[in-house]
Amino acid sequence: MTEKILTARFEKPDSYRLSSYVEDGGYEALKKALSKTPDEIIDIVKAAGLRGRGGAGFPAGVKWSFVPKESEKPKYLCVNGDEGEPGTFKDRYIMELDPHAIIEGAAIASYAFGAHVAYIYIRGEFKLPIERVENALAEARQAGFLGANILDSGYDLDIWVHPGAGAYVCGEETALIESNEGHRGMPRIKPPFPAIVGLFGGPTVVNNIETLSYVPHIINKGPEWFAAMGPEKNGGTKLFGVSGHVKRPGLYELRMGTPLRKIIYEVCGGMRGDKELKAVIPGGSSTPILTPGEIDVNMDYDSLAKIGTMFGSGAIIVIEEGTCIPRLAARLAKFYAHESCGQCTPCREGVPWIAKILDRVENGMGLPGDLDQVLKICDNIQGKTICPLGDACAMPIRAMIVKFRAEFERHVEEGGCPFGPTPTPWDSES
Amino acid sequence: MSNPASRENGVDGPITINGETVRAIDEIVKRYPVAEAALLPVLHKVQDQLGWLPVSALDWVAKRLGLPKTRVYGVTSFYTMFKRQKPGKHRIEICTNISCSLLGAEHLRDHIAKKLNIKPGETTEDGRITFDEVECLGSCGTAPVMLVDDKFYEKLTPEKVDDVLDKLNKDDLEAGGND
Repeated sequence: MTEKILTARFEKPDSYRLSSYVEDGGYEALKKALSKTPDEIIDIVKAAGLRGRGGAGFPAGVKWSFVPKESEKPKYLCVNGDEGEPGTFKDRYIMELDPHAIIEGAAIASYAFGAHVAYIYIRGEFKLPIERVENALAEARQAGFLGANILDSGYDLDIWVHPGAGAYVCGEETALIESNEGHRGMPRIKPPFPAIVGLFGGPTVVNNIETLSYVPHIINKGPEWFAAMGPEKNGGTKLFGVSGHVKRPGLYELRMGTPLRKIIYEVCGGMRGDKELKAVIPGGSSTPILTPGEIDVNMDYDSLAKIGTMFGSGAIIVIEEGTCIPRLAARLAKFYAHESCGQCTPCREGVPWIAKILDRVENGMGLPGDLDQVLKICDNIQGKTICPLGDACAMPIRAMIVKFRAEFERHVEEGGCPFGPTPTPWDSES
Repeated sequence: MSNPASRENGVDGPITINGETVRAIDEIVKRYPVAEAALLPVLHKVQDQLGWLPVSALDWVAKRLGLPKTRVYGVTSFYTMFKRQKPGKHRIEICTNISCSLLGAEHLRDHIAKKLNIKPGETTEDGRITFDEVECLGSCGTAPVMLVDDKFYEKLTPEKVDDVLDKLNKDDLEAGGND
């Protein structure tokens, strides 16, 4: 059932070391890539249909092709390892257990669009991933897979780790670029897009860790192999991070398009304590919530978009009966209020208002009209800010209120939360 | 957010940045076309040595990188990992975001607060432990989780938390990490 591409080496002892990676055929794809022209590489990745695994799902090869061939300023690759979307924990595993796959993918990508310097931006809390990636970079440099004249190809590339320092917004590509330049992580207005004006003013590609880790495999096995694993335009496998009330939460590599019901009830063994399912957040905290009637959906970009939600980062949060949805909504809003960078008024002001109103609803001080007020604030945020952080709050909050409205209203009418404290794994039977 | 330039934030005497930190910083600066870009990793290095970032440290960084002090203060105040108040000897940070809260993280937060007799964001009176509630730590498949002195503790229960607190009190945490 599970398809192992990115996770194939995870179980090996020393999987993160160069010797282990090379033993398994590591850096062969880089050799192969350097014998081809950059345009050939871009065509292969385009043909594979590899879409960005960070959340937006933009085709990686197409992104690379937007970078101008000739540029007065140096071009850069920024590798996004700022994994911070609540529910998401996939890139951390690749960084810890197979960092050379990221480096090889980053090197092939850099060669394809002509970058000679790349930065791997890793969230600062990830001490072990930072250590593993830095050690792997040193090993790769030592072995001649990075540095000047890589494998006698005449191509030079350096890659460095850039640690973040605790700001969710830096996962947004232009905020990441600002942070990589040593600034506050405040997103930039687009256009110009990073492919034209990015890091240090040069053409820049920002790719997610997981996205780049597929690239060596695509070079080795061909684009048809990759595209065939999954529905049309949704090729390959995906690292799904399942958390919440399932029997076996964790990281699973599955084909794109695997049905959500199958993931919950077969891959993860079903609901904890065999309770009823109440809701699922399908792609990280920013994606609109699904009800049990909506889980017969295939987990790929296009299928989820069709039912009004998003594939996001593949972070599936499973919620059992008895869970208070307004409590979750209030907690999520508090998170986005904390993480708003403060640049755009609708987000800076609106998101904390949502958080305050939902907090009073949950705590029994909600007023009639509060829910409509929240929906109105959502309308006033969505689409009216520089980056999608405001949307990332407005969209899931709106979906929670619309789909579980009666529950929110009960909180207001009864002047309190009808659910008890959140049940815990240590005092329930499973 | 407190004013990062305020000297009321904590004891703020003269500081000495050691040779090891200076050498590490010089290496980091070489990785960027402009020194300013090294600001985040440099602040991390200084904080690794001092445990926090007093104003005198920010001034030192500004001078070292040739940046206006205001630029360094502004960046420092934006990122939650840069500590502008002197933390305790040990730091406990528990995630209460969605996946962790579904599995009881708020109970654990209250449990720790009660045991330490402080609120999230505070430091114990003896200056040993700073405790805080934080946002998603990217470990949701093994929720609930907390960071203790930069090490992840996963699939927490009250017993596991008690065990960590006991070890912290005995300064014997080395064996406890599960990464």
